Parts: sequence; C-alpha cells; structure tokens
Amino acid sequence: MSSELLSIRGLKAGYGSVEVLRGIDLDVVRGEKIVILGPSGSGKSTLLKCIPYLVRPWSGEIRVDGLVVKSDPATLRSVRVSTGFVFQQYNLFPHMTIIRNVALPLELNRGMSRREAEKTALSVLTLLGLGDLAGKYPLELSGGQQQRAAIARALAIDPKLLLLDEPTSALDPELRYEVVETLYQVAKQGRSMLIVTHELDFAEAAADRVVFIDEGLIVEEGDARDVLERPRKERTERFLRRLRSRVGEPHSSN
Amino acid sequence: MEINRFLFEILPYLAEGIPVTMQLTLLSFALGLALGSVLAAARVFGSKPVSVVSRAYIEFFRGTPLLVQIFFIYFGLPALGIRLDAFWAAIVAIGFNSASYQAEILRSAIKSIPEEQYLAAESLGMSTVQTYRFIIFPQAIRVATPALVNEFVALIKYTSLASIIGVAELFRRTEYMVSYTFRPEIYLLSAAIYLAICLPTSQFSKMLESKYAIPGYRRALV
Repeated sequence: MSSELLSIRGLKAGYGSVEVLRGIDLDVVRGEKIVILGPSGSGKSTLLKCIPYLVRPWSGEIRVDGLVVKSDPATLRSVRVSTGFVFQQYNLFPHMTIIRNVALPLELNRGMSRREAEKTALSVLTLLGLGDLAGKYPLELSGGQQQRAAIARALAIDPKLLLLDEPTSALDPELRYEVVETLYQVAKQGRSMLIVTHELDFAEAAADRVVFIDEGLIVEEGDARDVLERPRKERTERFLRRLRSRVGEPHSSN
Repeated sequence: MEINRFLFEILPYLAEGIPVTMQLTLLSFALGLALGSVLAAARVFGSKPVSVVSRAYIEFFRGTPLLVQIFFIYFGLPALGIRLDAFWAAIVAIGFNSASYQAEILRSAIKSIPEEQYLAAESLGMSTVQTYRFIIFPQAIRVATPALVNEFVALIKYTSLASIIGVAELFRRTEYMVSYTFRPEIYLLSAAIYLAICLPTSQFSKMLESKYAIPGYRRALV
C-alpha cells in the first residue's frame, strides 16, 4: 500500500498534432497540497484535465488512489468521483439552483435520495458561507460566489483529491479575495489539492510543494518556500519576477 | 354587406373552419416534433451514414415546396398503394415538412450548449446519458422554445395550403364564401381570424419563455 494518492508517469498529451505535455512525472502524497505554476500555454491546465480524463492523454500512466485511469465508464466514474474538479470559468449548471448544482452529483454518484443529497449540499454550502444563496441560480450570483459554489459542488462528493484549474483567474481582483479565502479554508481541512494558480501568497502560505511547468515539462519542483524564494532554475526565476511585477493585479490576499 | 348577413351567415361559416385549422396545426406540429427529434438525434448522435440520411431528409423537405409535397402525398402516394384522405394527407405533408425545420432547431439548440457544460458534468462522474438528460437537454429545450413556437405559428398559416386538396379549414371556407357572395373583402376577414389565432400564440410563447427562462441569464449576456 503506497501512500501516493496520485502518480503520473511519462504523461504526454496535446490537441490535434500539437504536443502540449511532453512527458510529465508527478506524485501527490495523501494530504499534500501542490501548487502548479507556469506561463500560459505551458500545459498546466492540460495536465490537470488529464487526471480525470477530461482530456485524453496520448500516452503515459495515471494512477489515482492506486487505480490506473482508463477510459471505460466504470473506471472513469470511480476516478472522477474521487477527484473533484474546479474550473477557471466555474462551469456551474445555469438552469439549476445552487443547491441542485451541488446535490445532483450526490444523487447520481452516492445513491442519495434528493432529500439527503440536498441536506448534505446545504451543509457544504453553509460551511463555505453560501447557505443563504442555496436557492439562487448561478447567473444571479457574482463571479466570486459562483466560483465558491463550484468549489462546494466539487467538495460535496468528498473527493480524495481536489483539482483546481486557475480558480481565481477569471475574477476581478476584488472578487479574488473571497475565493482565495475559501481556498485557505479548504486547504486547512487537510484534503489533497492540486492547484494551478498565480496566487503566490496562497502558494507560499498553504502549499507543501510548488511545481513549475514550462513548455510541457516540469522545470523545477520542491518545497513551496524554496522554489518561490530561491528558485534554482533561471526560467522559474524569470517567471516569478514577471508575475510579481504585474501592475494592478494584487496577488496578495491580505 | 348587411351586418346581419355578415354576423349570422358568413362569420359562423368561416368560424367552423377554425377547429379544423387548429387540428391540422396541432397534429402536424406534433408529428413534426416527434420526427424532428429523431432526425436531430440522428444528426447529433448518429454514425456517419445515419447522420447523412437525416441530413438528406432535411435538405429534401426544406428544399422543395410544401405545396408540391402536399400534392405528392395526396395524389402521388395512392399510386404506390398508400391512400390518405385529404385531412390526413395534409397533416402528413405539413408534419414531414415541419420535421425538417424542427430537427434543425433542436440540433442547433443542442450544439449551442457550451463544451464546458459537458466537461463539468463529466468531471462530476456523470455518464453520457446522465449528462444529456440532466444538463444538456434541459438547457437546449429552453434555447429551442422560441424558435419552436415560431414554427408553430408558421404552421397555423401553412395549413391554409390544405385547402387546395379540399380540407374544409379556414381558408377553404373563405374561398367558398368569396365565390358564393362575390365579396372579396371576406379575405380580409379571414386574415383577421388568422391574426387573432397567431397573436395569442406568440403571447403565450413569451409567457412560456419568461416562465422557464434561466434566472440571471439576460443579465449575464449584457
């Protein structure tokens, strides 16, 4: 019994004839929180989407909690239920209330009755401070609220690993704060997280490890503080400097 | 024309055509919706050959005049041993024709749902069937509703073509009255009756749209 929750070996993926991931090896230990950094187009989002096969890899092996990810329906469902996914654009279902958004996956995957599912959903929403908005529709909420609801939806199925793809990038700076707060809150619960983000403060404060990806390969990885403060590779250093110097975009959450 | 004759002779005679017009509309719309759903499904989910057959059907019925289709089904099919009375021939012709339009409305509504909705559903462990049932179709039907109601209103008017094979609907009765009384202004009266049927239908559609509108949707588009 390994303590690895996620293990990725030799992962290659792309779109059409363009290779985006050129051989990624990555392990996530139970309870570990990893921040993935990298310039846009570096393949970090593709990497995240490959894990629950939202993007089909070209080659390589992905194991989630010991189970090799394959494209048969039973394996896919099992992998997807143990990995929650939070999208950059929230992707809530606009025709359902927030509570239905959160409850439906519970009914379908956990065999809960509607009443049970909505009870669980409401408790997760309340935990994230969204209890009052349960009866609203997604498009009636602010972007920050929608993203927190999306986080609640992903958390409600109680995934072993939470995957977050730039959860704050689509938000105006003043709305990022509330989402970052939610991320801290989730991180404190001890759930394993793999987060693609440019929120350096969050990475520094909450991540166990930082992985820097460029051009489809892992350039550097290590303890969050080490990588962020004393990057060994020049490319990492350049990227961090650029990120920190961006005007008008506070990465700070305090 | 004296008011009495108008009120007690002409108007009641025309009015008797209204239920027939409505029956033609409802039945041909229902047939069109059923067949259109199958055709849309064939194009969205079908294998290449199935999709091609569906496409061919749609192009054929959209690309040939409804009048020709009505004539063919009423006068042509009996030669192949299929005999329909005028009422049913009209329903089949208008329904088959409408199916091609309704199929396109449904298909484009399904296609209009963004890829991200599929991804989100998949990421939550939903199967393909569940994804369509709970996420895609409920949104697509909202997208399709205004266009489907347009199609319904169009059918109310197209059913007047059934007069040509002798179905005693509103327009057939209009023509009869005109030739009987030599009063062409009866055409105007007939048009007014069509308008009186179509307007509330459009109103009803607006009601339906706002009742099932996705809250916040309009604001989000702005």
